[in-house]
Amino acid sequence: MATPAPPLRAAGRAFARLRRGGRLEPWAYLVPALAVLGALLVYPLYQLVLVSFYDYRQPQVTGAQPLRFSGWENYRTLLGDPQFWEVLGNTVVFAGACVTGTIAVGGCLAVLATRLSAWVRTLLFLAALGAWATPAVTGSAVWLFLFDPSLGPVNQALAALGLTGFEGHSWTYTKWSAFGLVLSQVVWCSFPFVMVTLYAGIRSIPGEVIEAARLDGASTARVALSVMLPMLRPAMAVVTVQSIIWDFKIFTQIYIMTGGGGIAGQNLVLNVYAYQQAFASGQYGLGSAIGVVTTALLLMISLVYLRALRRQGEVL
Amino acid sequence: MLRRLRTDAAGLAVALVVAFPLYWMLLSALKPRADLEAGDPAPFTLTPTLESFRRVLLVEDFGRYLLNSLGVAAAVVVLSTLCAFLAAVALTRYRFRSRATLLVMVLVAQMVPVEALTIPLFFLMRGIGQSVPQLGLNHLGSLVLVHTAFAIPLAIWMLRGFVAAVPRELEEAAWLDGAGSFTFVRRVLFPLTAPGVVATSIFAFIMTWNDFLFATTFIISAQENQTLPVALLSFFRPDENDWGAIMAGSVLMTLPVLVFFLFVQRRLASGLGGAVKG
Repeated sequence: MATPAPPLRAAGRAFARLRRGGRLEPWAYLVPALAVLGALLVYPLYQLVLVSFYDYRQPQVTGAQPLRFSGWENYRTLLGDPQFWEVLGNTVVFAGACVTGTIAVGGCLAVLATRLSAWVRTLLFLAALGAWATPAVTGSAVWLFLFDPSLGPVNQALAALGLTGFEGHSWTYTKWSAFGLVLSQVVWCSFPFVMVTLYAGIRSIPGEVIEAARLDGASTARVALSVMLPMLRPAMAVVTVQSIIWDFKIFTQIYIMTGGGGIAGQNLVLNVYAYQQAFASGQYGLGSAIGVVTTALLLMISLVYLRALRRQGEVL
Repeated sequence: MLRRLRTDAAGLAVALVVAFPLYWMLLSALKPRADLEAGDPAPFTLTPTLESFRRVLLVEDFGRYLLNSLGVAAAVVVLSTLCAFLAAVALTRYRFRSRATLLVMVLVAQMVPVEALTIPLFFLMRGIGQSVPQLGLNHLGSLVLVHTAFAIPLAIWMLRGFVAAVPRELEEAAWLDGAGSFTFVRRVLFPLTAPGVVATSIFAFIMTWNDFLFATTFIISAQENQTLPVALLSFFRPDENDWGAIMAGSVLMTLPVLVFFLFVQRRLASGLGGAVKG
């Protein structure tokens, strides 16, 4: 004689059966999100690619001239334009420097934080939290003020130290000085993420591992390089790729601090360049082509990020 | 012991350097205008005044932009959290074909550089505005729409864990008590995931509050519909920047974000926390 199933188990089975029956139910929950994402993310993405293949300028926008499919012409114009290559170079060098700077500062401070007294560490983390929380717009405004030619405390301090030539010195006048200024603002507001993540990573390394290495006679540098760094590799991968993704698409800081791309466009990066081509020069097709290039580059980097996340054990 | 002191001193110095820009912002907002324009280098002021704040709020109508920013951010928080929560329910508590595909798509969607979409979104908003003006260019609705879309992928990704953590037995118990699936989601699941909902709401808020690119692209000529970042930029005037006003405005814009960051600081270390800054 079969023993009757406990009522709860039976209910559970009936429940599961009901679940399997309601195949449409999850889709009902998905509809709002999918509708919004489809209309405002997927469709514009499709439009971006489409417009990049059209001759789409101010006359076409107003309807004075008909829309004309131009094939790869925008891309040909772009690849044949020395300014595009200069902007691409700017973007790679600037983003690379931002990533290197952010990770160097964040990493060093994470190590420093492990050796601080608790109250100093709290102060450091609070200060970092403040920098992290500052919106890009206000951060840019404040850094512009700090480095203002005549009223900024930086020039005043340098002049007071007896350094000549800093009175009225403009930090945004030459190309690399302007990039350097934006870079320092970017590092200031993005190092906290790196610091906090790596600090958590260092803290999660079991003390015994480091103790064992010490007992075997390893120096501090040796422990850092041969024991801690390999164990931090997944966290490092995440902060590196995340930093690349942010720094590659910086718009606000460059736009505000260099006044829309610097003197004669010397400080343009891809995003600002696309924006200026489209909204300042009315070259919407060309701007879209730049957008496609940026998106393609970033999605490639993001795929690397995905793999890094996987390796870190993030489940899908 | 001495070594401890030395590292502590170094740590303290670094903390001071990191905090200095924010300190200078607050200080300059409180300094009298005359001192500021004379280039007073003192790192303190004996005559703090709220004059700059008053100028910003009364003369420049900053309160209006503050309200605009708040309104957009609030609408985005409600809409994106609602959509993302329902989607997270579907993606974690149901097993169906194409579920894994959808999850990967959510992750990829989170990585689309939204800055590159400015051009098509501009024309989309122009088109929408021709039939529903409130959601088109020059209206705050356009900002609500785009930021809701931008916030959803990250919100789904974050809420997933919270929704999945609610035990299956609760669902069965609710079903036995006669609750339908939607009743369970609304009355049991939603309250139980409240901490996650709060965290994602804050991220959506900050993301929207900080946006400069779309605010400056969509709100072209309707000055009364500007949001804070664009209004702040309008204080920049060639050769005669009103730094007191800029700094006071910066303080007003930074404070809410700072408060929220203190709330979510625990969640910031997880890799996704970074996705806010742009």
